[in-house]
Amino acid sequence: MSAVAGNIPSSAAAARLQNWRRGLYRFRQSWLSVVGLAIVVLLLVAAIAGPWLVPYPEHVAGGINTGARFKPPSAQHWFGTNELGQDVLSLVVAGSRVSLLAGLAVVTLAAIVGTVVGAVAGYVGRWVDEALMRFTDLMLTLPSLILAMAVAAALGPGIANMVFAIVLSWWPGFARLVRGEVMARKEEVYVQAARALGASAPRILFRHILPNIVSPIIVKASLDMGFAILTVASLGFVGIGVKPPTPEWGVLLSLARGYLPDYWWTAIFPGCAIFLAVFAFNLLGDGLRDVLDPRARR
Amino acid sequence: MLVVEGVTKIYPGRRGRPDVAALKGVSLTVGRRESVGLVGESGSGKTTLTRCILGLERPTAGRILVDGKDIATLPAAEMQRLRSRVQIVFQDPYASLNPRMTAHDIVAEPMIIHRDTLGLDARRRTDRVAELLDLVGLGAQHLHRYPHEFSGGQRQRIGIARALAVNPELIVLDEPTSALDVSVQAQVLNLLHDLQQRFSLGYLFISHDLGVIRYVCDRVSLIYRGEIVEEGPAEALFAGPRSEYGRMLLGAMPDPDPDRSPFR
Repeated sequence: MSAVAGNIPSSAAAARLQNWRRGLYRFRQSWLSVVGLAIVVLLLVAAIAGPWLVPYPEHVAGGINTGARFKPPSAQHWFGTNELGQDVLSLVVAGSRVSLLAGLAVVTLAAIVGTVVGAVAGYVGRWVDEALMRFTDLMLTLPSLILAMAVAAALGPGIANMVFAIVLSWWPGFARLVRGEVMARKEEVYVQAARALGASAPRILFRHILPNIVSPIIVKASLDMGFAILTVASLGFVGIGVKPPTPEWGVLLSLARGYLPDYWWTAIFPGCAIFLAVFAFNLLGDGLRDVLDPRARR
Repeated sequence: MLVVEGVTKIYPGRRGRPDVAALKGVSLTVGRRESVGLVGESGSGKTTLTRCILGLERPTAGRILVDGKDIATLPAAEMQRLRSRVQIVFQDPYASLNPRMTAHDIVAEPMIIHRDTLGLDARRRTDRVAELLDLVGLGAQHLHRYPHEFSGGQRQRIGIARALAVNPELIVLDEPTSALDVSVQAQVLNLLHDLQQRFSLGYLFISHDLGVIRYVCDRVSLIYRGEIVEEGPAEALFAGPRSEYGRMLLGAMPDPDPDRSPFR
């Protein structure tokens, strides 16, 4: 850190830049978080540019090739082909878009809902806190898989309904985190100072409390990302989330289940993709914690 | 300017424990340009009294008047205006500044909250922040730095600039130097003294350091277990305290004259 600590920033922009550099330095201290970030970037590239990258885009769109069923991995089909003769590599790469998008939607929405509920409960306190937190506890007791099945039964299957169902059981974690942080920050002297100045409640929350608790929220979000992707895949696997022929890792795994162990490549590669995504987001989350939350550093 | 009349604050006891009386009929006044010291040990009610004066806490009984107006009965809009006239400098300059705000944003915030009273737009606020930082001995190069980039003394200067931002008439100084190095303490005390002369400020100076009180204050009140036990001009207290507690405090004061030191 001493490499950058001595410089004097001359403007707000320079001060921000210096903080960024300091953060980057701390992040690079751990090579595992760099690996995590690299894999996440790779996944993002696959998710965004997938349709232009895959060798067989027609298979992603649902095209089949009955003449090339269950071909093992080769130079032509790196990950082999499945029961419909579709290129597994193309499907796995295309699947990253669905998984990442669904995971991101789940975590973002859960973080927003949880932050609002937690901030109100923690800041207002008394019976509002009591009521909101009992409701939060209630939602926390519902297992996301069962809830998702219920929602799929009530509203029908589909990506949007699945995301809605997962968010329903996901936000309480954020609400509890934010409530605790808000309650702790509320007693800080600088918050008392703002209150003595006559600052309004929204001003205190948005200017003084929330900027000081975004770090734990971001860390939790990135750690949750992997788990959310796993949940999305689980729902696809049991057949109540994403439906075939949409290429989604859980769906691919579920379709391949019947052809194990002879045609192992149809299952191994989607499985590896899930593993890699969960692993990468966890490493990234740990790295972010080191940067954003220096108290938790080892 | 500030009149505290028979203020009592009782915290109800929880789970069968008896009530705690933090303040028992405390009265004191601070006039314009006057420095009044409030001396007491930890737990004597100093902090509770400050919180009551700032309107963060409501007294159980008694009245607090600012410019003859009872702060408990004021409508919200007028209370807001009144808040700009009484400001505070906190004891711990490390805890009292938001770590995510730059010096500029910290000092400008009171002007944003009280923009209806002050009527300053963003550009003039920035000009005034620069002016205030200059006033407390910091420069324009400090504008966009974050609190962790300052020393304790510099942070306390930012705290003082924030208190001055809305042109207050009275500043409550809650042990403003007790967290600082001795050499820095003197600088900050001199700064406070100069500012008082310049802006005709009233100070309510809370401390347990009699040396500091003697240097700054015209009048002194001693508070002990929620009660004022002695009140009067500072010289009178130091010449001959009337209360038992006053004698005890003076007896415990270290003597700066090495010839009379007990360690010789």
